[in-house]
Amino acid sequence: MAQTITQKILSKAAHRKFVDVGESVWLNVDILLTHDVCGPPTFDIFKEEFGSNAKVWDPRKIVVLPDHYIFTANEHAHRNIDLLRQFAKEQGLEHYYDVGGDRYKGVCHVALAEEGFNLPGTVLFGTDSHTCTSGAFGMFGTGIGNTDAAFILGTGKLWEKVPESMKFTFDGVMPEYLTAKDLILHILGDITTDGATYRAMEFDGEAIFSLPMEERMTLTNMAIEAGGMNGIIAADAVTEQYVKARSKKPYELFTSDPDAKYHSKYRYDVTKLEPVVAQPHSPDNRATVRSVQGTKITKSYIGSCTGGKLTDFVMAAKILKGQKVSVTTNIVPATVKVALDLEHERYDGQTLKQIFEDAGCSIALPSCAACLGGPADTVGRSVDNDVVVSTTNRNFPGRMGSKHAGVYLASPLTAAASAITGKLTDPRDFL
Amino acid sequence: MEKIIQGKAYVLGKNIDTDQIIPAEHLVYSLSNPEEVKLYGKYALSGVPPEQGGLPEGNIAFIDEGRFDSEYTIIIAGQNFGCGSSREHAPFALKVAGIKAIIAESYARIFYRNSVDGGFVIPYETSEHLNQIINTGDELRIDVALNTIENLTRKVTYTLNPLGDVFSIVEAGGIFAYARQENLMAQS
Repeated sequence: MAQTITQKILSKAAHRKFVDVGESVWLNVDILLTHDVCGPPTFDIFKEEFGSNAKVWDPRKIVVLPDHYIFTANEHAHRNIDLLRQFAKEQGLEHYYDVGGDRYKGVCHVALAEEGFNLPGTVLFGTDSHTCTSGAFGMFGTGIGNTDAAFILGTGKLWEKVPESMKFTFDGVMPEYLTAKDLILHILGDITTDGATYRAMEFDGEAIFSLPMEERMTLTNMAIEAGGMNGIIAADAVTEQYVKARSKKPYELFTSDPDAKYHSKYRYDVTKLEPVVAQPHSPDNRATVRSVQGTKITKSYIGSCTGGKLTDFVMAAKILKGQKVSVTTNIVPATVKVALDLEHERYDGQTLKQIFEDAGCSIALPSCAACLGGPADTVGRSVDNDVVVSTTNRNFPGRMGSKHAGVYLASPLTAAASAITGKLTDPRDFL
Repeated sequence: MEKIIQGKAYVLGKNIDTDQIIPAEHLVYSLSNPEEVKLYGKYALSGVPPEQGGLPEGNIAFIDEGRFDSEYTIIIAGQNFGCGSSREHAPFALKVAGIKAIIAESYARIFYRNSVDGGFVIPYETSEHLNQIINTGDELRIDVALNTIENLTRKVTYTLNPLGDVFSIVEAGGIFAYARQENLMAQS
């Protein structure tokens, strides 16, 4: 029987030859990811259900990356970090990346990739909806809640319903003004925020396989914005090169059978697509930048698991080189590694950091920061009637802080171009 | 589980995401310390723009000033309820506020799983656009065995989609209770 790549990976994790769409199967979990917001309640449930002296199923398979509320004076947030630290110590979790020292990494989905935890053919569950990001590595990754995560902590297993797949093929050579963010916002405009609920979103085509890993991660990252269970891109030579540079662990490559069944198929020619934004207050509220060009903004925000990777900042730097921003512009590297890269990576003879500083941007410490609002003292948090252009992933009411603010989701190119003019601006005006 | 769920309706629109259900700034409170748990009730649905809360009129508070629970028992909403983040704090907050069941046209996957596996609220689906025909404050009565909801205020009964495979998890009170019941997990 023909299977999609998602079915094949789930078959392997269920120790089966074939799993059918719609059936619920018990999966053996390769990695469980958690962070400072959902880790403490997950650990509480684990102890309540398995006993106060219970040990996790496999301490080597649990990755704890605090990233949400790190640089804040909020005492409850600090307590959550203490609880992570305590549990990691007691359980001997070697993959706990503590705050306040050399081990701190930053935004979990980007750090997972950097630290070599993303391996083709494996199954990852995480207590964060953007766990689907890791699907860029030809693996299954999806978000779960605390109770499900506690179940995995004790058993190493979880049930999941095998999803139908939707296929999104992008033909052609990517123009320099177009980014993975534009591609996923295009899809969202077409299928809406529940267009892929409970389904796998599989991306392929010449344009996709020409993208570096970080851009592929932007695509799979926002599968959840369409309600997708997972986003997935089959691993190729680019993936293998990235993985081998970071991990010595074995992995397995899977691809969809040519006659595998799909719920639906979409095909795009990237040379015909334009830079787009998602207007307030929904990620599917798509408009071409040109059609809303001139809309005044009060802030530009470049950061998060979606838009705070090195490739995102390289794109922003191309636009910002030699320019001045006219609104508050927050540069929030996803991880410590990305922050360091800003000091070394050069564009046109200058480091990215220098380019951003010269342009008048403010560079923040790596964390999730204002992508999800966060405590009152969070860097970049929206206030009052702010109008923000942002490289993040969600713009529901209040997402970045103020309930009265409006957020336009955009690519790093569009966010940078708009920062200069103080109005929504098509990046082609600066390229 | 309760066989009959009766109480007042609180009506919402579609795409009610988890940031509206419990804004991210409140995710720092403990989910086990009873005093802090109350805060999840206090701030449940506090991210919903006021004019979109308590339809059709809007501007109806879900939680009255100074209170930690709601006078409403059943949420009626449109498509894609609970979209957005994976925070289990969302169905938890609704439960703390006193919500027992939600009736929506559809749910986002993680919210649905969290509601069922955590045993917080029953996420019913319906193909009727109930959020356009039920008003906030209407007295409703859900019959769990019959999969029906009766609007006692307007004397109309509607059919709910059966819970299907997840009924046994809902009935057991969550995934852990279910796993023990089915011997999927050692007794502890």
